[in-house]
Amino acid sequence: MRCYAQAILDSGIPQDNHVVVSGIGCSGRVAGYMKIDSYHTTHGRAIPFAVGLKLANPELTVTVFSGDGDLAAIGGNHLIHAARRNVDISVICANNFNYGMTGGQLGPTTPFGARTTTSPYGSPELPFNLPYLLAASGANFVARWTTIHVRQLKRDILYMFSKPGFSFVEVLVPCPVGFGKMNFIDEGLDEMLLYKERCVIADGIPIDELGIDLRTDQPIYVGRFIDRDLAPYRPVRLEDIE
Amino acid sequence: MTSSGVLTGKHFFQGDEACAEGAIAAGCRFFGGYPITPSTEIAERLAHRFPEIGGVFIQMEDEMGSMAAVLGASAAGARAMTATSGPGFSLMMENIGLAVMMELPCVVVNVQRGSPSTGLPTLPGQSEVMQARWGSHGDYGLAAFSPWSPQEMFDLTIHSFNVADRYRIPILLMADEVVGHMVERVVIPREDQITRWERKRPDPNNKDAFEPFLAEDPDLVPPLAYAGEGYRVHFTGLTHDELGYPDMSAETHHRLVTRLVEKINYNSEKIVQTEDHFMDDARIVVVSYGSTARSARRAVKDARQEGIPVGFLRLVSLWPFPTNQIRELADHVDSFIVAEMNLGQMALEVERHVRRPVTGVHHAGGAMMAPDRILDAIREVANTGYTHLR
Ligand SMILES: Cc1ncc(C[n+]2csc(CCOP(=O)(O)OP(=O)(O)O)c2C)c(N)n1
Ligand SMILES: [Mg+2]
Repeated sequence: MRCYAQAILDSGIPQDNHVVVSGIGCSGRVAGYMKIDSYHTTHGRAIPFAVGLKLANPELTVTVFSGDGDLAAIGGNHLIHAARRNVDISVICANNFNYGMTGGQLGPTTPFGARTTTSPYGSPELPFNLPYLLAASGANFVARWTTIHVRQLKRDILYMFSKPGFSFVEVLVPCPVGFGKMNFIDEGLDEMLLYKERCVIADGIPIDELGIDLRTDQPIYVGRFIDRDLAPYRPVRLEDIE
Repeated sequence: MTSSGVLTGKHFFQGDEACAEGAIAAGCRFFGGYPITPSTEIAERLAHRFPEIGGVFIQMEDEMGSMAAVLGASAAGARAMTATSGPGFSLMMENIGLAVMMELPCVVVNVQRGSPSTGLPTLPGQSEVMQARWGSHGDYGLAAFSPWSPQEMFDLTIHSFNVADRYRIPILLMADEVVGHMVERVVIPREDQITRWERKRPDPNNKDAFEPFLAEDPDLVPPLAYAGEGYRVHFTGLTHDELGYPDMSAETHHRLVTRLVEKINYNSEKIVQTEDHFMDDARIVVVSYGSTARSARRAVKDARQEGIPVGFLRLVSLWPFPTNQIRELADHVDSFIVAEMNLGQMALEVERHVRRPVTGVHHAGGAMMAPDRILDAIREVANTGYTHLR
């Protein structure tokens, strides 16, 4: 959130033109903490709300800030379709590997084997590799950072504001209460240390290798994975049909 | 055609097409929807018509997305609409509640088909009138209209945008397959004869002091600020105070929800719309709406030929319910008949408001109600008083 706020200040875009939209969840509350036009919508629907905003007023710089469950589970369909259409919005996904708001349940990014209140014996499901999903869906920009990569994160959020089309950054964030304590990561700081030890900056690595497995001592890859210029979405205009 | 797209003149339109033209005439410039019979022609016509007038048409991935996109567009200041039918209407419910809570004006057209579930996709129904009132969770108020002709699909679409804007509420235009697909004459007036009610807007010279959910006027409607105007507003579906920020106290919750409900109650006389005929000496009143009202009017005319003192009341608005009109009528008549294409929904509402016998003429949907069934009910009520026909 600090990175987002800093990026807004540095963007050169008037603050009145920035709009933040979020869904429901701990991360969804960000909309209420920013002193810009902000919309805290329903669970999963931040992206289509943001699409409506952006298309109705293309002058706005629209950012969606929400959680992994909100964006990739209940809102997963909107996520891939907005990326496919390449609507010119930026999405910041705070991935804490669980449903924090409701007390630490299994989510679409919970690593295989990780324990949550609804996977007490370890998750039997394979999680989404979000950068892979977004790349396949057609996003113009896809990155992943963690809360220790503040410089890179701010830089990329700033870049996303001006990047035409759909851009997406996954941010791995600690959730000591909802996720950490069930998985032998005691404090938020310990999860940060884990990121520090295991993260490898690997821009351009094959995106199918970006899955996260917290059990093993596999690296967690972070970086910028996709930066391309597919045509952004534009509503059909008279000149297109004449 | 004028640059604003108003197709002034006489046309032969399907109800769905008339609805799309009504939206254009009302200044609607955003449509987000998902195809569903029998409403699809509205989306198709707008997809065709919007590019030339600068409107945004987007076919969303589902109806939850459609409704959310409409609210986003409304938050940005656009007049925005979606159109659907039963299954899609159910999917929109959560965000219709968000529209109520955020007080974002918008229009949702439901061209009703046979329900429940997938039901009868190509055939008519009127079984979502209670869902229209109560379908989203919680206590709230909104308005719903029921057109009975292609002309009224045009007129009431414009009116829906006006009422939505005036009171900052979602409007549900509850059409049915018969009206949506029937082709009739539609007269589109000159642009300068189309009334557009303005939204209440905040004072641009007092941006810092602006409280987006403070309703200072007796009508309980706060002014609406759009994204990007510099008011730095916060909108949330959480219970919020006048500044718009979450407040999880029972007091604030009661104050907010009461205002949202009272906003409709206070203004209901201005929103309610009914049409009546043959009332002067009526002892029996047939209440109906939408395409069924066409059959009801026929039946009432025929009964009058037979000398039965029966009147005809058409509900143009379904919600808020015309409480005063019905109660006043009840002072002068003996009995009510409610004809509708469902197994008894508005009949319950009429029953709730009058201490008179209420006879239902009901059919689950799938075909327009035959006037004879209503005529039979009128005869029976005339002969025996109270009866219950299904
Ligand atoms: C339709 C609906 N279903 C369920 C919920 C309950 N709920 C609120 S937040 C949430 C999960 C949020 O998880 P995530 O998006 O990962 O956010 P986090 O709290 O972890 O930041 C759920 C299931 C809801 N508000 N609405
Ligand atoms: Mg989460």
